[in-house]
Amino acid sequence: MPAPIRLRELIRTIRTARTQAEEREMIQKECAAIRSSFREEDNTYRCRNVAKLLYMHMLGYPAHFGQLECLKLIASQKFTDKRIGYLGAMLLLDERQDVHLLMTNCIKNDLNHSTQYVQGLALCTLGCMGSSEMCRDLAGEVEKLLKTSNSYLRKKAALCAVHVIRKVPELMEMFLPATKNLLNEKNHGVLHTSVVLLTEMCERSPDMLAHFRKVSLVPQLVRILKNLIMSGYSPEHDVSGISDPFLQVRILRLLRILGRNDDDSSEAMNDILAQVATNTETSKNVGNAILYETVLTIMDIKSESGLRVLAINILGRFLLNNDKNIRYVALTSLLKTVQTDHNAVQRHRSTIVDCLKDLDVSIKRRAMELSFALVNGNNVRGMMKELLYFLDSCEPEFKADCASGIFLAAEKYAPSKRWHIDTIMRVLTTAGSYVRDDAVPNLIQLITNSVEMHAYTVQRLYKAILGDYSQQPLVQVASWCIGEYGDLLVSGQCEEEEPIQVTEDEVLDILESVLISNMSASVTRGYALTAIMKLSTRFTCTVNRIKKVVSIYGSSIDVELQQRAVEYNALFKKYDHMRPALLERMPVMEKVTTNGPTEIVQTNGETEPAVLETKPPPSGLQPASEANDLLDLLGGSDITPVIPTAPTSKPAFAGGELLDLLGDLNLTGSPVSAPAPQIAQPPFLLDGLPSQPLFNDIAAGIPSITAYNKNGLKIDFTFERSNTNPSVTVITIQASNSTELDMTDFVFQAAVPKTFQLQLLSPSSSVIPAFNSGTITQVIKVLNPQKQQLRMRIKLTYNHKGSAMQDLAEVNNFPPQSWQ
Amino acid sequence: MIKFFLMVNKQGQTRLSRYYEHVEINKRTMLEAEVIKNCLSRSKDQCSFIEYKDFKLVYRQYAALFVVVGINETENEMAVYELIHNFVEVLDKYFSRVVRHSIYYEIFLP
Repeated sequence: MPAPIRLRELIRTIRTARTQAEEREMIQKECAAIRSSFREEDNTYRCRNVAKLLYMHMLGYPAHFGQLECLKLIASQKFTDKRIGYLGAMLLLDERQDVHLLMTNCIKNDLNHSTQYVQGLALCTLGCMGSSEMCRDLAGEVEKLLKTSNSYLRKKAALCAVHVIRKVPELMEMFLPATKNLLNEKNHGVLHTSVVLLTEMCERSPDMLAHFRKVSLVPQLVRILKNLIMSGYSPEHDVSGISDPFLQVRILRLLRILGRNDDDSSEAMNDILAQVATNTETSKNVGNAILYETVLTIMDIKSESGLRVLAINILGRFLLNNDKNIRYVALTSLLKTVQTDHNAVQRHRSTIVDCLKDLDVSIKRRAMELSFALVNGNNVRGMMKELLYFLDSCEPEFKADCASGIFLAAEKYAPSKRWHIDTIMRVLTTAGSYVRDDAVPNLIQLITNSVEMHAYTVQRLYKAILGDYSQQPLVQVASWCIGEYGDLLVSGQCEEEEPIQVTEDEVLDILESVLISNMSASVTRGYALTAIMKLSTRFTCTVNRIKKVVSIYGSSIDVELQQRAVEYNALFKKYDHMRPALLERMPVMEKVTTNGPTEIVQTNGETEPAVLETKPPPSGLQPASEANDLLDLLGGSDITPVIPTAPTSKPAFAGGELLDLLGDLNLTGSPVSAPAPQIAQPPFLLDGLPSQPLFNDIAAGIPSITAYNKNGLKIDFTFERSNTNPSVTVITIQASNSTELDMTDFVFQAAVPKTFQLQLLSPSSSVIPAFNSGTITQVIKVLNPQKQQLRMRIKLTYNHKGSAMQDLAEVNNFPPQSWQ
Repeated sequence: MIKFFLMVNKQGQTRLSRYYEHVEINKRTMLEAEVIKNCLSRSKDQCSFIEYKDFKLVYRQYAALFVVVGINETENEMAVYELIHNFVEVLDKYFSRVVRHSIYYEIFLP
């Protein structure tokens, strides 16, 4: 058989292949030749064949049949064989292969070989792919070699020790005595690897860390670093004018670990850090690499403030550098420090904002994140201008994050409502399709809260979607607003801006085109249909047109739209007298924040005959999943009957009739529901079943109390708490009347201190029959995350003996089990 | 920690690869292809550090050859950037002339 070709030949041949298929063919041919050569147990050419195999493996072809051959090569006496054998072992073998254990004996022998190069090979291989068994067996040898005087071996032994520690952390103590003298070496190779070893030990074990702090490792390191900086030119360690920057960086990193959370160590290194920071040459990248590491160390240890300011100034200087690598690195570090040293970073705000215009994607992302971190009450207008401009011109992958960031910042620092709405409108029109889903309900809530801006807002939104209704979030918000404030739009009253002349037909035109358009998502269509329906009470001349539209969609393919349309149709036909009350203007919504309300807020829920997850608020404020659970239970619907808010005094009975629609549940009168805080508990509909335990795992019986007892009206509180969610207390009130006449129009209201949140569910009725012959029950849910003492102020209003009665009382006698 | 060290040419052919963590052999080729795609799509004004999946790539171009090092977040990116240059300089001094094919010829010579 002819001698197998040399590696060079193989490489040359492979390079001539023009296609992937050709290359594969050549490699397969060669593999076959190699395999037959292995079978012949040819010693002379084994080394060459394995070398070729390794090359082919690197190109991505399977080479597992060479594993045993590597072992044979390792066992050979020739150095050239051993060399290739060990290389092969490092590349082809790892602990997943069972074969690797066979190497252990070879390595052991080679670790004690007379030639240092062989010992070096063995150390390298062990440090590269040694499994935990191998490491355990050979750790003693490695430790011995760590103490030898041969620096070539010492440095390799140190790196091997790092691997051993990673694989078998228990052996760390074994290497401890050897580390004592490691740093006394002059050889940079040994120094470097020793620092790596010490770093690994300190990172893995807090005991080691404490030990090293005690044996004054820091002064030793400081001394070495000082020598490096102060020493003159040394040709073997010089990189662009700086002496061994890699070692400097390593030492700085170790100092960082030693100085973290430790005052003494941090103090010991203050001087050297200042020295490095001021003396290092910044003209070349090398110097900047060292400065970067220094800055990271300064920020991480307990350094004095002067040093920290120095570090941030260095970063500021980096930002002005032309080299984009350095700018990137500076922005990354500033992002890490902006939380702790906010003011210092603020000084560089203008440079950071300039970086938004950089061409590099990574830099832009960093600059954007940093800008959001720097926005505060003072600079919000300027920053927003820049950020909005950035939103306009940035890549799509940034737009979602940027939009959310702008919303958050605007919410926190908006100087005026108009500015806030303008900003949000700007975001919606520039990046409308990238806005997150939760932005729509938040925005709607914001708009309803700024009562004086309604006309302005609806006008602007109308203008925005006139031209283009493809951006879904924008269209959804716009449809909702037009539905709500359409009357303001056509009346042409707008103080902030030049009012535009819009007719009712034009408004309906745009809403219909949204409905028809292929670009509109199903959700958006739902919004548009509901908006059209609402306009039936706000517009005067186009009611017939609205009726027509609604009836058309009664046979829509989209089930959601169909259901809505059918129900609206029913409203027109059978319940026309209820329509005005139903479609009334939405009240101001209380924002669901983490501070509990001090007052109950009565929400004027717009009763939608069917509850659908994509409905706009009020259900927007409540997790829709709750309603869905209960839909199955009772086949009913979301019940937040129509009751006017306190200022107006419309009768409540419109709501009463409406509720008969809802069949089973006899909920008349005045329920007072607060907007739901984010408790995922079963709400509403179980009110009809007061004795139903609301939790499956009720905490052991909590005594009930009489909260109020005056003038024949008695109110009892019974409590329930869940073991799985102890911060929620469910109170069921029972109101009874011991007088001879009924009490009608009974309304129960409650308020709790700021740290609580309250949810009042609908009462069972509003009439308390006389002679204790019946009771009204109502469920209150209290969220008490801080487990503070429960206190409540209640207000009762009712009609009795022909006159209106009202009373305020405070309830303080809550049993401890209800809130502890 | 350095995860891998690659030398890839502009056509996507791997000239040298060394992995310091176990990666399946078929995943290696995919990784190399993606990495070189990322590096090729960068222009001259963009920085040499790319965030890729859960680690960073530091790359440097020498004529038609890309040297790419994958690092995790504990490494100093700029120091690794210098390391790449140091490596190429060493090859240059050792083999007296750094040319693409020389690199892989010489390294694999027993």
